[in-house]
Amino acid sequence: MSSILQAKDVVKKYGEYTALNKVSIDVPKGSIFGLLGPNGAGKTSLIRIINQITAPDEGQVLLDGEALQQFHIKDIGYMPEERGLYKSMKVGEQALYLAQLKGLSKSEAKMRLKYWFEKFEISDWWNKKIQELSKGMAQKIQFVVTVLHQPKLLIFDEPFSGFDPINANRIKDEILQLRDEGATVIFSTHRMESVEELCDHIALIHKSNKVLDGKLTDVKRQYKSNTFQVGIGAEDNQKLRATLNQKFELTDSDFKSINDDLKLNIKLENSDTSNDLLSYLTSQGQVNHFVEVIPSVNDIFIQTVENNN
Amino acid sequence: MNHLPLIIKREYLTKVKNKSFIIMTFVSPMIFIGLIMLIAYLTQLNNNKQRTISILDETGKISQIFLSETDKKDENTKYHFLQGITLEEAKKQVQEAEQYGLLHIRNMASNEEVARQIKFYSEDSPSQSFISKLESRLSEKLTQEVLLQNNVDISLVNKSKMQVAIGQETFSGEQSSKLINYSKLGFGFAAGYLLFMFIIIYGNMIMRSVIEEKTNRIIEIIISSVKPIQLLMGKIIGTSLAGITQFLMWIVFGGTIIVILSLFFGFDFFGAQTAQQQELIAQGADIDFSVLISYIISSLPIVNLIIAFFIFFIGGYLLYSSLYAAIGAAVDNETDTQQFMMPILMPLILAVYVGGFTVLEDPHGTVATVFSYIPFTSPVVMLMRIPFGVGITEQIISIVILYITFAGTVWFASKIYRVGILMYGKKPSYKEIFKWLKY
Repeated sequence: MSSILQAKDVVKKYGEYTALNKVSIDVPKGSIFGLLGPNGAGKTSLIRIINQITAPDEGQVLLDGEALQQFHIKDIGYMPEERGLYKSMKVGEQALYLAQLKGLSKSEAKMRLKYWFEKFEISDWWNKKIQELSKGMAQKIQFVVTVLHQPKLLIFDEPFSGFDPINANRIKDEILQLRDEGATVIFSTHRMESVEELCDHIALIHKSNKVLDGKLTDVKRQYKSNTFQVGIGAEDNQKLRATLNQKFELTDSDFKSINDDLKLNIKLENSDTSNDLLSYLTSQGQVNHFVEVIPSVNDIFIQTVENNN
Repeated sequence: MNHLPLIIKREYLTKVKNKSFIIMTFVSPMIFIGLIMLIAYLTQLNNNKQRTISILDETGKISQIFLSETDKKDENTKYHFLQGITLEEAKKQVQEAEQYGLLHIRNMASNEEVARQIKFYSEDSPSQSFISKLESRLSEKLTQEVLLQNNVDISLVNKSKMQVAIGQETFSGEQSSKLINYSKLGFGFAAGYLLFMFIIIYGNMIMRSVIEEKTNRIIEIIISSVKPIQLLMGKIIGTSLAGITQFLMWIVFGGTIIVILSLFFGFDFFGAQTAQQQELIAQGADIDFSVLISYIISSLPIVNLIIAFFIFFIGGYLLYSSLYAAIGAAVDNETDTQQFMMPILMPLILAVYVGGFTVLEDPHGTVATVFSYIPFTSPVVMLMRIPFGVGITEQIISIVILYITFAGTVWFASKIYRVGILMYGKKPSYKEIFKWLKY
């Protein structure tokens, strides 16, 4: 898979402070890429560089293999976390203006706006001013404006904040559809469950450095600890526990079960496989539950950040 | 991608469609004209005050001057002549009749003493312009008396009054005079004040327009679509065009009101002069004005002036509005702008006053020349100097400096603007702004 966006050793300094320290990311075409990191890690700095709001001090950014240039603006759609539109301007006029700034012709912009306004059932807002709309309504307009020029690369900074669950879901579906139509999406968010749900690639930035990146499944594989969640029952659960404790590293686990089983997390030595464990366990009792423990993005996030502190 | 026309269009239309802009466009000339009418009315009220003056003239000959034809026609001032009573009786009479005052001319041995002993009695202290009018008429009469006493032919005296106005001419044959110099300078002053007014009214508008994206939180979207320098240029040009539109509307609308008022209501806008002004005009009446004006015009480098006026006016306005834009770029909201305002207006005020004094003193002296090169003062000072003749190369150098500085300030402002978005909610200091330039 070729990459649509590559940042190579990007350095950005604000005076004495280094906001990005040789950060490289590689965003594959057609992916949903999660850009993660604690507050103040440097995510927004990187996004601003991609949007050519600021320039990197060192390193370079390639879009579709070309160094970033002014005309690439039309290939990128950006929805910043700081949301806003011209308050005293009418919705339609405003959307047309912003679309034209992205290089669309007036008639083309009008046509596409009509499509989106009908899709979101907001056609009767055309002549309203932004200040007459609610926050969620204004955000919908903002979303439309972001995607209207059909950019190759979409960058969303906390896209779901401010939306109610129904609209958040709707926006999520739209994002997935845009991905299916060929766009690549960069996602910057703190909501790990949406990363889990949507992203196939992630990069984690912490204290101006990239500390982790790759395909989400690879990252998880890398972070798994060969631990299995086990529900096992025997005549004497205490005795079984003692037996197992001699052989493995045990911790208590918690999951829903209808059985009166021992609930354990069993960590294996690297050399052992799940089959070895399972065959041993079946010889000791009734195995009702056997699952590999896969770290959540949340766990990985917290673990990585804490390790790097 | 050049978005400049698009931005200019949006800025212009948002300004022009703005309700307060529309209201101000129509209300301002009305307020202005209302103010003129009020002032005119008040001064007329003052001038039209009915006065009755009693004159007790013991010499019996001086007060004859108040019997002239113009005095008889004068509606405002009536003269009442007293005879054969004492001063105390006269005072009492005047007080009882509630007259304006009593002029007492004592009979003395010599005219010199008569002049010294003239007194005016009144309830309150009298109008100064009225007193000086009395004084000049009395002194003229008394001078005549003295001349007559000494058997001098008065018509000869009148004929022998000479007025001197030194004509000035450079070696290259360029003529001028004190009056012409003043009117030349007046042109510069007028241009300077017009620029000053324009900057104060519309500079603020530009500044607010630059802050607009920040207060609306749309700045990141805009700045990821257009270059800041394009945005700022668009704002400066768009707002200026809106300003020009408003200014023209004021002239047209105000002019219409004046014409309507004077045609249908007979309101005399030009009669609204004070007594002093009337006097000044009367004194100058013996000079032929039309000849003078055509002489002044022929002595001015008119074509050069008109072209230079437009170039310097536009350049000066753009330069100062780009400074306002820079302030807007540096701050988050309007309340933070105060600390930057004074330094902007200072050079402009300096230009008008220093320019005025030094150019009159020596139009081509060091100070005036230097000030006509400094871009912040050159639009005013150079326009003051040009009527006195400035070489075309000098003018071009000054223009180039002015426009380069303008380009520099817009660049500077856009630099600040780009960095300013990273500093939400922080009130910037000068030191910090200087640091931003290096980012």
